[in-house]
Amino acid sequence: MGILEVKGVNKRFGGLQALGDVNLSVAENTVHAIIGPNGAGKSTLLNVLVGKLIPDSGSVMFDGQSVLGRKPHEINQMGISRVFQTPEIFADLSVFENVMIPCFAKRDGAFRMHAIESTHHEKDIAEQAMAILEDVNMADKRDMIASSMSRGDKRRLEMAMCLVQDPRLLLLDEPTAGMARADTENTIQLLKDIRTKRGITMAIIEHDMNVVFSLAERITVLAQGTPLVEDVPEKIKGHPKVREAYLGEAQV
Amino acid sequence: MLGLNSRDLKLFLLVVAMTMLAPILLNPFPADSALGESFNAGYPALLQRFVIFGLLVIGFNILFGLTGYLSFGHAAFLGVGSYAAVWMFKLLSYNVIPAIILSVIVAGIFSVVIGYVALRRSGIYFSILTLAFAQMMYAIAYSDLVGKFLGTIVTNGETGLQVYADDPQILASPGDPVLPHLFGLEMNAQTVLAVGGWEFTFQFGYYLSALVMLAGFYLSIRIFRSPFGMMLRAIKSNQTRMSYTGLDTKPYMLAAFVISGCYAGLAGGLMSSMDPLTGGERMFWTASGEIVVMSILGGVGTLIGPVLGAGLIKYLENIISKINDGILHQWFAFMPDWLDNLLVTIIHPFVGKGWHLTLGLLFMAVVIFLPGGLMQLGEKIAALFGRKTKSDDDAKTGATEPAE
Repeated sequence: MGILEVKGVNKRFGGLQALGDVNLSVAENTVHAIIGPNGAGKSTLLNVLVGKLIPDSGSVMFDGQSVLGRKPHEINQMGISRVFQTPEIFADLSVFENVMIPCFAKRDGAFRMHAIESTHHEKDIAEQAMAILEDVNMADKRDMIASSMSRGDKRRLEMAMCLVQDPRLLLLDEPTAGMARADTENTIQLLKDIRTKRGITMAIIEHDMNVVFSLAERITVLAQGTPLVEDVPEKIKGHPKVREAYLGEAQV
Repeated sequence: MLGLNSRDLKLFLLVVAMTMLAPILLNPFPADSALGESFNAGYPALLQRFVIFGLLVIGFNILFGLTGYLSFGHAAFLGVGSYAAVWMFKLLSYNVIPAIILSVIVAGIFSVVIGYVALRRSGIYFSILTLAFAQMMYAIAYSDLVGKFLGTIVTNGETGLQVYADDPQILASPGDPVLPHLFGLEMNAQTVLAVGGWEFTFQFGYYLSALVMLAGFYLSIRIFRSPFGMMLRAIKSNQTRMSYTGLDTKPYMLAAFVISGCYAGLAGGLMSSMDPLTGGERMFWTASGEIVVMSILGGVGTLIGPVLGAGLIKYLENIISKINDGILHQWFAFMPDWLDNLLVTIIHPFVGKGWHLTLGLLFMAVVIFLPGGLMQLGEKIAALFGRKTKSDDDAKTGATEPAE
């Protein structure tokens, strides 16, 4: 029984069957990658997992509780954090404030009228925020305004914002999309470090095979809305069905 | 001290000093001189307006400055606050305490309802919804629709709500003043201090309003520097990230809206306490627009900017609208007649009733050249003169200052 259980999920947009009978189980403490060609339904699946889309049928259970019909903030409070394809950060705020906000969300819940006390008196929160910034090597940038950083740093910051909440499941939507080679390598390294240091369960949606094969412990291949195969990376590489999905049918 | 960091404390103490000494500072010219008659702003009626509108925009800034949600109907809360206060005068007594308390409560209730509905949308749709609500409330107040429905007086329509001799005033004792007072101390009680040619008027009503404004300003600094204030800025920055971080944006927005509505109600209550008469025109959309203009002119999202904007607009409104051709001729009397007449003809449309034209030009200039408002002007001047001190300051407080 995995921490995240997707059972029989269907989603149709008009005439397009975006997801057809998707079954998926993400085991605790593993890195599970979901790959597939363009239009395979990867992002749709991710949006179902975070409550942005409600499937026509099927169930999505996180640790025994259904996530369907819950609002994004409720799903986050259950312990699922999400990293977006284009970094979603608080661009007008300083890096330090960016990581303090998730700390407050974790400690105080979805809403707290906390209007008189000064932010500066929250020593615990500041310590947590500082610790995570050191973990992702951004301690020296704490006073920078987030929007003035490079794309790679924004991604790093977004990950720090997710990690500081100690999520039970981290969803990553193409974490290296649009990145230069060096930034991609850095991100892979960062994710590996996170993995060894914190042992967080991760589900990665990715295009880049390099990223997938250097991180994932289990891979699900999605094509035309249905999972083709699910296996360990070694067996996925040469799998005929996977080649077929990516390269088209063999012309024999 | 006071739970503020040193920079905020300095700002707060500066504002305290300015408001306390305003009757002196704003009377730089001898009372009888031509300049004094035209430019002195230190008389009680105008000083009251400075602090009351200051309070109003401080509250508005908590909503617009922090969350970026532009309410275009904020005058509605000012209006209901005013009506609530006058009703307290009519029913209880001329004591301002129950009037001010009720005006905050009533404005709070209205802002919960309006906020709940309007905050279902964001951006321009939110602005339009608040505008629509305010105009509806204006129409209802101006025709006293509720009163007609109930067969009594609620807002007293076009005449405006005021206190009549046969009103119950159940808490009033026979010896009480027949004007708003604080436990017997009348709002318009004043001391005039004459020093040489100068005349300084210290009025109780002004000082009461100023104290309330200072309390409101202090609270707003605390809110700006609190986790709650940070959440509101986060909403302005990125709502998607906000909700995926596990925070429910709705209650945060509603809380900000209600707080700012309460500030407006408080300002309305004070306005009625200074002059126990109110009408529907206080809720008209131009009044709401004026609040927005004040905030933008001063510098949205800065602590003190909107207050400066409010002060500037009220100053221009009262001072420039007082200038007429006679005064202009007096100024240019030393010039040859033809030049005098020419100058008066040129300036004529911009003064007196045309003060809106001056305001419009000023507003355009600020928006084009200083999008950060008067505060940006201040920063530019500070940068020109004291480059070093400025950067030192930034280094010290960089972490706490919002991006403006």
